[in-house]
Amino acid sequence: MSTATTAIKAKQRPGDRVFSGSAVFAGSMILVTLAAVAVFLIVQSLPALIASHEDASILTDNFWNYVGPLLFGTVWAAALALLMAIPVSIGIALFISHYAPRRLASVLGYIVDLLAAVPSVVFGLWGIGVLAPAVQPVYSWLVDNFGWFPLFAGPVSGTGRTILTAAIVLAVMVLPIMTAICREVFLQTPVLHEEAALALGATRWEMIRTAVLPFGRSGIVSAAVLGLGRALGETMAVAMVLSASGAVTFKLLTSVNPSTIAANIALTFPEAYGMNVNVLIATGLILFIVTFVVNAIARWIVSRRKEFSGAN
Amino acid sequence: MSVTTKPEPTATAVPIENSLTAGRLPTPAPWMILGAAILVAAAIFGVLALADGSEFNWGGALLVGAVLYIPSIWLFSMLVEGRRRAMDRLVTALVTGAFVLAMIPLISLTITVITFGLNRFDVDFFTMSMRNVTGEGGGVLHAIVGTVLMTGTAAIISIPIGLMTSIYLVEYGRGRLARGITFLVDVMTGIPSIVAGLFAYALFSIFLGPGTRTGIAGAVALSVLMIPVVVRSSEEMLRLVPNELREAAFALGVPKWLTIVKVVLPTSIAGITTGIMLSISRVIGETAPLLIAAGFTQSMNWNLFDGRMSSLPVFVYTQYANQGNPPEAYLDRAWAAALTLILIVMALNLIARLVAKFFAPKFGR
Repeated sequence: MSTATTAIKAKQRPGDRVFSGSAVFAGSMILVTLAAVAVFLIVQSLPALIASHEDASILTDNFWNYVGPLLFGTVWAAALALLMAIPVSIGIALFISHYAPRRLASVLGYIVDLLAAVPSVVFGLWGIGVLAPAVQPVYSWLVDNFGWFPLFAGPVSGTGRTILTAAIVLAVMVLPIMTAICREVFLQTPVLHEEAALALGATRWEMIRTAVLPFGRSGIVSAAVLGLGRALGETMAVAMVLSASGAVTFKLLTSVNPSTIAANIALTFPEAYGMNVNVLIATGLILFIVTFVVNAIARWIVSRRKEFSGAN
Repeated sequence: MSVTTKPEPTATAVPIENSLTAGRLPTPAPWMILGAAILVAAAIFGVLALADGSEFNWGGALLVGAVLYIPSIWLFSMLVEGRRRAMDRLVTALVTGAFVLAMIPLISLTITVITFGLNRFDVDFFTMSMRNVTGEGGGVLHAIVGTVLMTGTAAIISIPIGLMTSIYLVEYGRGRLARGITFLVDVMTGIPSIVAGLFAYALFSIFLGPGTRTGIAGAVALSVLMIPVVVRSSEEMLRLVPNELREAAFALGVPKWLTIVKVVLPTSIAGITTGIMLSISRVIGETAPLLIAAGFTQSMNWNLFDGRMSSLPVFVYTQYANQGNPPEAYLDRAWAAALTLILIVMALNLIARLVAKFFAPKFGR
């Protein structure tokens, strides 16, 4: 680049300058947007961090006591959802990549992707209208027979709109992305490894256990972390399905449930005024930081394996 | 050569064992076991239904039957085929079960949305707004207009920025800026949708006073969500363009910008279009950011810059959340709007796939 070298530089035409200039401009717009998101959120939430009940009516004493239970609910719901989604998505991905007939595989993959196309508000309606009534008898049965187990302690919720139902809906919503990533890594397993395992007399499961799963381990982990990021930020389905009371509890089946940050914002924001708005924006900032950290971990895991690019 | 030896009678009496099929379950065995498991489950549920006079639970019987199948196939295979094959059968059953399990919500959701949605899927629904409507009647025209306006504006903002950014990353980007932008696009992909809504709200309330909710704020929120998706997909498509094409154009003395416009973009236009359609179909269903940034209203609003603006997903939510009298009218409207929304998203997805299929460049692969 310096004048000392004799590298031949291409002739710069006006068109080139305009075009590369606008490309750089567009790229910098991303920087500006993200900086703006961070700056505006921080500016709006700073007053809330030191607010008390006198300033904002939704606070009981201070901001951190308000956001604590919400943060707990967010993480708890997302973790439950992930606990259900991980085995199922690995199963679906294996089914599509190694079990289904070759010709059907891409169609089946497309069908799973259809789940991703359903808007979250529709999942919310479905969760209330169909899922909650369907699982309520199961919940009653669980509480009657396994009530001694702390997670299933009673009294059972009469509507079925508990944290477990919300987590099931969340699990269904994060399934497509996790399945897509797992499927892609499983398909990238070197065919020679698979054939070598089979040639040594391995059954299909032994081939998968010895060749496919070790190869796809980091892909599975990054799929799980990306799914966690999605589940943490998901709003409407939780806001609609969960009948929250803001308590901190691990019980899955009662009508006393923790709320999540995103759902709480969606439910409270339309009627919020004055300092309450700042408090809610500050909770949004906390959510942003949490998802940022989770996604950064996912990127870090993916970047350890450069050749795999299925993260998006 | 003694004559006292008997002729070999055993060879004909006992057929030679086929070592390939010995000790294996016959091919239809898994299906038979599955059928038996479902029958057993149905019998249990039938007895339960007779016992307390309740209705026979078909879904429960099928589900319990399928769950029963998993240990029974393992047991049978264990007895006949041994431990390793039993494990293989067990995993096959589990993996297939996972797929079937994921299909349950999809099928149930489709059936529910169609049956409830068709109650109000009529002409009135698409020609009226909710102005002065209480109870029955009314429609979603204002919400459809709002969705089209806001999503369209978001697309107008996001497509040039996203496309030019991906061109920068692929064709020009070197060094720290490119790496920084790649990282930030990744960060943007992970922004929760509600945070995008809060950002747009905060942005507009700082400049236009607190409590401002307009269509353009909703569009800004949507484009924050849309830009990273556009960048990711177009970047991937641009990287697929073979380098030989660029080099051939350079060798002919074509300037770089003309090479991009006349060679690179036309080659990848099908993939880019698909990516853009998919990104639109992703943001069109976003509820939370629009609820926060654009609010909702009962009336028609054609002006992005003045007043609140409804959209289809927010319409679904508000009809559900603020039920009046009779509640069925509100729920019917919510389901019909949900059906409309799903149809739009499906249509966008389908068009995207068709574009990808029919306009893809022919590389002679």
